[in-house]
Amino acid sequence: MRILALESSGLVASVAIIEDDNLLAEYSTNVEMKHSETLLPMLEEIVKVTKLDLNSIEAIALSNGPGSFTGLRIGSATAKGMGFALGKPIIPVPTLEGLVYNCYGGSGIMCPIMDARRSEVYTALYQFVIKKGTKKDICCKLRVLLEPQAIGIMDLIAEIDKLGKHVTFIGDGIPVYKDIIKEKLKSPASFAKANQNRQRAASIAVRGLELYHEGKYIDSDDEKPEYFRKTQPEREAEEKEKAENIEKK
Amino acid sequence: MKKIEKKEKDILVLAIESSCDETAASVVRNGREIMSNAISSQIAIHTKYGGVVPEIASRKHIENVNGVIEKALKDAKITLEDIDVIGVTYGPGLSGSLLVGVSEAKAIAFATGKPLVGVHHIEGHIMANFIEHPDLKPPFLSLVVSGGHTHLVKVVDYGKYEIIGKTRDDAAGEAFDKVARAIGLGYPGGPKIDKISKSGDAKAIEFPRAHVSGAPYDFSFSGLKSAVLNYINSAKMKEEEIVVADVAASFQKAVTDVLVDKAINACNEFGFKTLAIAGGVASNSGLKKAMRKACKSNNVEFVFPSPIYCTDNAAMIGVAAYHEYLNENFAGWNLNAVPALKLGER
Repeated sequence: MRILALESSGLVASVAIIEDDNLLAEYSTNVEMKHSETLLPMLEEIVKVTKLDLNSIEAIALSNGPGSFTGLRIGSATAKGMGFALGKPIIPVPTLEGLVYNCYGGSGIMCPIMDARRSEVYTALYQFVIKKGTKKDICCKLRVLLEPQAIGIMDLIAEIDKLGKHVTFIGDGIPVYKDIIKEKLKSPASFAKANQNRQRAASIAVRGLELYHEGKYIDSDDEKPEYFRKTQPEREAEEKEKAENIEKK
Repeated sequence: MKKIEKKEKDILVLAIESSCDETAASVVRNGREIMSNAISSQIAIHTKYGGVVPEIASRKHIENVNGVIEKALKDAKITLEDIDVIGVTYGPGLSGSLLVGVSEAKAIAFATGKPLVGVHHIEGHIMANFIEHPDLKPPFLSLVVSGGHTHLVKVVDYGKYEIIGKTRDDAAGEAFDKVARAIGLGYPGGPKIDKISKSGDAKAIEFPRAHVSGAPYDFSFSGLKSAVLNYINSAKMKEEEIVVADVAASFQKAVTDVLVDKAINACNEFGFKTLAIAGGVASNSGLKKAMRKACKSNNVEFVFPSPIYCTDNAAMIGVAAYHEYLNENFAGWNLNAVPALKLGER
């Protein structure tokens, strides 16, 4: 089964094609933010070298957020347009899960951190759990220890120390918060290296294929990014309403 | 230039427009015949915030875009396979909004192997005049007036433009929105001021008609807007009653006087026999009435689109895309949104 994957949630632009357990092609760049100019030419390139017939793909896996609002929408609209034109479904893959799949099967706690600006990170805590069935069938499942959210780095550090286990950080939040983490975190920590520490479409494809088998795919009409944040005027309106309610009381 | 023979077969364009707060798609046959014109307006959402909120607009575009495209194809009773070329607005407009349409259009063209053309939003507005005026041909003069633009443009040929004047500050439609807010009419200002003006006295208040020295075809509306705000403030200070209809009518008259004046002068100076207005403000009844009268007495033919083709729509983008297609101005997969795209540039 062939899956096409798109990743444009952050600075990285990445496209990949997998066929079951084989990565046929992956093209990633981490140089500039103009995904609108790079993503489709990159896709064209890997389609060309793999001689892929686009109609032969089963679904489009998409890194669906959180991340840069504009980046997410470029990926989303690209997936929607292709899904509509090819008549294929979209698998919305949580970006944080994609990052964790860069370090699939690793031990300890997995902590994706994406710079969310406003002194926050998009983050979650996961653990790969090995379930021993028969000897032939050992499966590795992702368990959520902290739900995906946008929080301050100090709050995240406190959550990790509550668990008190070895943690691996993955994501573009590392260069921003590495020093604070080293100084404040009591638990042992490691930081993912260059081959693992940024978004990769191959990981979106791998996680996407799993989600596809779980039936977690949607029609291209229904696809929209998970922003994790309301827009500013919506937030302001809510805060105003809250303040007014307090006053009334 | 025109290497593709259009007589051989019908050319069907699927056009997508998402430059501001309308998500629109349309199927256009041979650059003139509108087979469908689907629009999903977000006006109700933005009214809550007194104007277009870019991030909300972008989010809504994503939610609506596929449905709108499907409606356009269904209304035209065709499928995507029947389409010959995909056209999309790539500027000017709101960056986040434009990117949704551009990314979607590129993906559809890429997945189907169909050619892609990028369309200038203002070119689309001007081209809207071709839809209902089968005999209209360049050269003619066009006045483009909308919430984001005020341009006097020489339409030299299909796809060839020369801007002879533009606004130095607020666009005409922007002035309508701001004044409407100040006199309590709300968003969108244009239609609301137009409506209430009908019951007001346009001579009640003398607002300034701004002319830019040394640039006879440039516009300036911020002074007029300030004059209206000053009038309201001073009336409030003196505790005088403000007759909203009179303020609206006098303001609208001040705007239309300047627009008519400059458009007619340009027609006379450059010898244009046809004037085509375009853009959201082109559906303003006061402007149309004054322009019709002035054109008649100056022996200039006056053309304007129906209101549905004045507001942002994809049909006009389809018309423009057809001519870009004939001129073989194809876009690559690296086509980006250009929020400040200038007319006549690529």
